[in-house]
Amino acid sequence: MSDNSVTNILVAGIGGQGVMTAAEVLSQTALNQGYDVKKTEVAGMAQRGGVVTSHVRFGERVLSPAIPPGEVDILVGFEPAEALRWCSHLRADGVAMVSTTRQEPPVVSFGLYDYPEDPVGQMRKAGIDLHAFDAGAIAAALGNLKLVNTVMLGAISEYLPFSADTLKNVILDRFRQYKPKLVEINEQAFEAGRKAQAAG
Amino acid sequence: MNAVNPLPSSERLFISGNEAVARGAWGAGCKVMAAYPGTPSTEILEYASRLPEMYSEWSVNEKVSLEVAIGASLAGSRALCAMKHVGLNVASDALMTQTLIGVSGGLVIAVADDVGLSSSQNEQDSRFWGRFAHVPVLEPADAQEAYDMTRFAFDLSEQFDTPVILRMTTRICHVKGVVTTRERRPFNSGVGFEKDPSRLVMTPTNARPRIPLMFEREKALQRFSESCELNSIREGSDKRVGFVTSGPVFMHLLEAFPDAPVLKLGLSYPPPMETIRAFSQQVEALVIAEEVEPILETEVKAAGMLQAHGKDILPRIGELAPHVLRPAIAALLGEPVEAEAVPKPSLKDVPEVPVPPPAPGSSLFPRPPTMCVACPHLGIYYCLSKIRNKAISGDIGCYTLGAGHPWNALDTTICMGASMGVALGLDKGRTEVDKEQKVIAVIGDSTFMHMGLQGLLDITYNRGNVTILLLDNRAVGMTGGQDNPGSGRNIHGEESLRINFRTMCEALGVKPERIHEVNPYELPTLFKALREEVKINDTSVIITNQPCVLVDFYAAKPPLTVDDDKCTGCKNCLDIGCPAIYVTRRETVVKPNGKEKELAFVRIESGACTGCDLCPKTCGPEAIIPVANFIRQ
Repeated sequence: MSDNSVTNILVAGIGGQGVMTAAEVLSQTALNQGYDVKKTEVAGMAQRGGVVTSHVRFGERVLSPAIPPGEVDILVGFEPAEALRWCSHLRADGVAMVSTTRQEPPVVSFGLYDYPEDPVGQMRKAGIDLHAFDAGAIAAALGNLKLVNTVMLGAISEYLPFSADTLKNVILDRFRQYKPKLVEINEQAFEAGRKAQAAG
Repeated sequence: MNAVNPLPSSERLFISGNEAVARGAWGAGCKVMAAYPGTPSTEILEYASRLPEMYSEWSVNEKVSLEVAIGASLAGSRALCAMKHVGLNVASDALMTQTLIGVSGGLVIAVADDVGLSSSQNEQDSRFWGRFAHVPVLEPADAQEAYDMTRFAFDLSEQFDTPVILRMTTRICHVKGVVTTRERRPFNSGVGFEKDPSRLVMTPTNARPRIPLMFEREKALQRFSESCELNSIREGSDKRVGFVTSGPVFMHLLEAFPDAPVLKLGLSYPPPMETIRAFSQQVEALVIAEEVEPILETEVKAAGMLQAHGKDILPRIGELAPHVLRPAIAALLGEPVEAEAVPKPSLKDVPEVPVPPPAPGSSLFPRPPTMCVACPHLGIYYCLSKIRNKAISGDIGCYTLGAGHPWNALDTTICMGASMGVALGLDKGRTEVDKEQKVIAVIGDSTFMHMGLQGLLDITYNRGNVTILLLDNRAVGMTGGQDNPGSGRNIHGEESLRINFRTMCEALGVKPERIHEVNPYELPTLFKALREEVKINDTSVIITNQPCVLVDFYAAKPPLTVDDDKCTGCKNCLDIGCPAIYVTRRETVVKPNGKEKELAFVRIESGACTGCDLCPKTCGPEAIIPVANFIRQ
């Protein structure tokens, strides 16, 4: 992890994908572990299909809330092109966890811009330690697209300074509190993400 | 729409700077909080509305929110109003005289600067208002300080008989951190509202003797600033550069230069000039690190510290994040830096924040904000884009996006309510070449009530030839769908006034026959009304009456899909601009007359589509059809 033993996680995606929730869950877990935590929130324009990123930083003491470029330990990319957009912010020994479910913006659909042919390949070529899998397909197979979030958290769970089960329990506790019917399916999603990461 | 919850007196919380301000005010015994929504300040009042025993309101604009807070202060209670930076421009008329009056209960103005322009029309430095109005400015560096300084601000306000500006920035407002709260102070009791015309009725005779008092207060604050514990030095062993800073830059400096001495100004105006002078003598080079304007730097130089660095080495736009600070200071120290990494202080070349990453990923498409799927504005801009020879003055809100592809149907955006006056000016100032031009103004319901009413009155009074589209979507859409007098609910979601826009426009002088209420999803009706009204030499208002898709009472209908066998690739549906319509393939065909034509075949993302039925109205071959056997998750 970083020199000052702060863990830097950059969660990147598009408004509505659950980026903020994933960041919130990571922050909550780190807080429970006794870390100092800072997390950026993006509001306003985020609801309208724009890029959404959240910086989660935790450690003994966190100063600046912004992760400096080149100091990201874990990049959680909810969308391959968004992962590509932010991958240069990774440390040399950082890791990228990328969902390959493509989401083209209207500017691409209208023909004003091109979507990159192979964003994952581009990142691999740049020498980035990367795990890629179709989180959207995993969520769809489990019957609810909103599970992408939990799938992605499961995928990074082996790379955190606390155990995967610690993170899983925070997620499941949130559902126990508000939507107990969804506890089981989220556990499945978390484990599916863990497995997909190992294979990707 | 927030229910009020009970709350323990002291806790350890993980909250944003905005929530910390709300909690801090509540903890300080604040009784009245008022605001108009505006990024990045909106959540202050959203959180405040959930706290018990405190009055909170969405005001119709920032000036009114300050006036409400002033009234509450004069009534003897502590009061806070919150706004974004441009909101204080609107509220400044009240501020500039309130500063002469002073306070009874503590009065705090929380103003949030959008450093880096994430969601604003400009980037202003609200610290100027402290100088202009001769009032103190507090600048928190994180959420805990936002909490502590909000509480402190009320004490300072009462101690010095002054309104206090709490200057926030996006990096404070929208960053969550660990905050420990303290026991709540009770409401002010005291004597209540005290009549005192010599102080409260600001005629010239009464105001004149208040001015020297204001200057005396400022001097007293200056002395206080020298000893205030909010202005303190973080010692450091590397004395090659010492920083004077305020706000979130403090944290960026600690991160980037862990060994440098830093004089942190929590009470940044009036600045403790003697403390700064003493500090400057302890370090080899003095750097004033401030977001965004060189305000303190200018004052420090005026005080004789001409050696101070500031905007000669640091950018004047955007955040002073660690990656911006590091190369600038390395260059100052003559250390090797990558040439392109040095931030340039000129206006043209300042790096974007966040910094665009180099390859890979550097040439990626942008992902700008779009109008929502099924947004009621889509049909409006579709129609506007088909009107020829027009000038469209726009306003502040989601509908500003109408300036973009595929509509290109908005020509100006300046400030809240400006669409009205600008339209009248476009009409009255037209030259011969624009004789036949149709002048159209586009304004949302909330913006209209914020600052558009007077503009419309000016148009009717001066007999302007303007067609106004009043987009009533019953919410403050861009900031997340807050309630307003057009929604029929107050900040707590309780039933309240719902203004009748037709009646209001009539009262403002628009002839009843020139007012049309139209469902914006009914394109032929909307287009007919628009086409007819732009031809008539009079003031017309077309009110569109369908709700924002983000409000809780928006009713989604079964989604649509494309019958591939029927789609001819004509592209008409793309002119709607709905982000649920995707091009699947493009083809170029040669027509019988020999001309080439580009075709685009489409699909509809049925998971996102809410069946608003706009796009089928553009589809000749009727290829857009309901999804069979649809069940919404």
